[in-house]
Amino acid sequence: MIYDFRRLAVVDVARHYGRRKALSQVAFTCEAGEIVGLLGPNGAGKSTLLNILATLLTASRGRVEYGDRTAAQGGGEVRARIGMLGHDLFLYPELTARENLIFFAQLYGLPDARAAADAALERAGLADRGDDIVSGFSRGMRQRVALERALLHDPRLVLLDEPFTGLDQASTAALVARLQERREAGCILVIATHDLDVADGLLSRAIYLKNGRVVGTDTDSRGLSERYRIAIQ
Amino acid sequence: MGSFFRVAWHVMRKDLTVEVRSKEVLLTTLFFAVSVVLVFSFAIVREGRAPDDVAAGILWVAVSFSGTLAMGRTFERERYNDTLRALLLAPTDRPAIYTGKLLGLLILLALVEMVLVPLVGLLFTAPILAYPGRLAALLALGTLGFAAVGTLFAAMLVRVRSRDTLLPVLLYPVTIPVMIAGVRGTAALFQAVPDEAMAQFWIGLLVFWDAIFVTLALWTFEPVMTE
Repeated sequence: MIYDFRRLAVVDVARHYGRRKALSQVAFTCEAGEIVGLLGPNGAGKSTLLNILATLLTASRGRVEYGDRTAAQGGGEVRARIGMLGHDLFLYPELTARENLIFFAQLYGLPDARAAADAALERAGLADRGDDIVSGFSRGMRQRVALERALLHDPRLVLLDEPFTGLDQASTAALVARLQERREAGCILVIATHDLDVADGLLSRAIYLKNGRVVGTDTDSRGLSERYRIAIQ
Repeated sequence: MGSFFRVAWHVMRKDLTVEVRSKEVLLTTLFFAVSVVLVFSFAIVREGRAPDDVAAGILWVAVSFSGTLAMGRTFERERYNDTLRALLLAPTDRPAIYTGKLLGLLILLALVEMVLVPLVGLLFTAPILAYPGRLAALLALGTLGFAAVGTLFAAMLVRVRSRDTLLPVLLYPVTIPVMIAGVRGTAALFQAVPDEAMAQFWIGLLVFWDAIFVTLALWTFEPVMTE
């Protein structure tokens, strides 16, 4: 039976690089159907925290609980429920969009990788460009393929690092719609972003980070820019 | 176990597909290996005669230098779009990813060696066809031991800024036993009176070192890739 969880808990997580503290005593929880924003200036620890949530980094102190298991306890079962879209898009530019999606579907052990890739291309609006090499795509098209790559295996936890960077208005609107659709499907979405205009109204909750610490939490994401300014100052 | 080999197969096939499209690693590695052999031949061969016992050493120098180049470039690709993180995020046995990368590299190096060996035979008048089976075994086992350690180190160093410098600095001392066995075994086959028994002894030693290196690499890949 496939492991699943509906709650993500970050419990007093700290991460040190030598003597430098990237994160200190970070704690919060997320429930299924929430979009949580990690907001803060450069170097605040947002990407480090996303990497810890993705199980790619281990916390120096504290733990992350995926339901009733930690990453160490869950291993591959936990990773199977996580999808991540990094600032770099995790795509092979020499391969076609379809080849990229089929490869990752195979890595995730999906029963029919080709069908999963075709469905993902359809959702990305790129069904007719599936056999084109990814390096020939625009940033927006690559982003759409990368998002569908992250969602191929229907993850419970979706982590996005600066997903709106370099996108035009139409691509941003399409991405926002896809994220809202995932929220309604019961995913937990955690987004690290500087793009407060897009995040405004999208987030269920905003967590403000500064110098590796949580300096504020907000459940009303409207008027985000002003509250961000107050929290970070 | 089936899932392990399935993932290794997919990773290897992906690497080879990328290489077929770009030909970047194969062409640069081949060009470098051939250049090494040619430079040695210009320096050493006089009036069509090479000194005794140099062919084996030159062959393995070319294999190890070009192999190091190929290892670095293979993982540079995974760094370029951060795809290594995507591989590590997949719910698979991480050693399967290592195995797939290693198999892809071994196929590339085998292609390079298919050009290198005849070239060394031609330029240094080495008897490459006298014992083809034993020569193939020495090359296959030596390349496996060298690439097993190199793939692990290249993966470890992928996010380190000075990775191009550090890879050979770490790799060559550790793989000295494999290099010695490869060179001495090949030299035993290339000498005026070939010593089959000696070549067989070095083949046995290569099997021993390969078993150690591959086991250690599979065992340590997961912890070294988890930061």
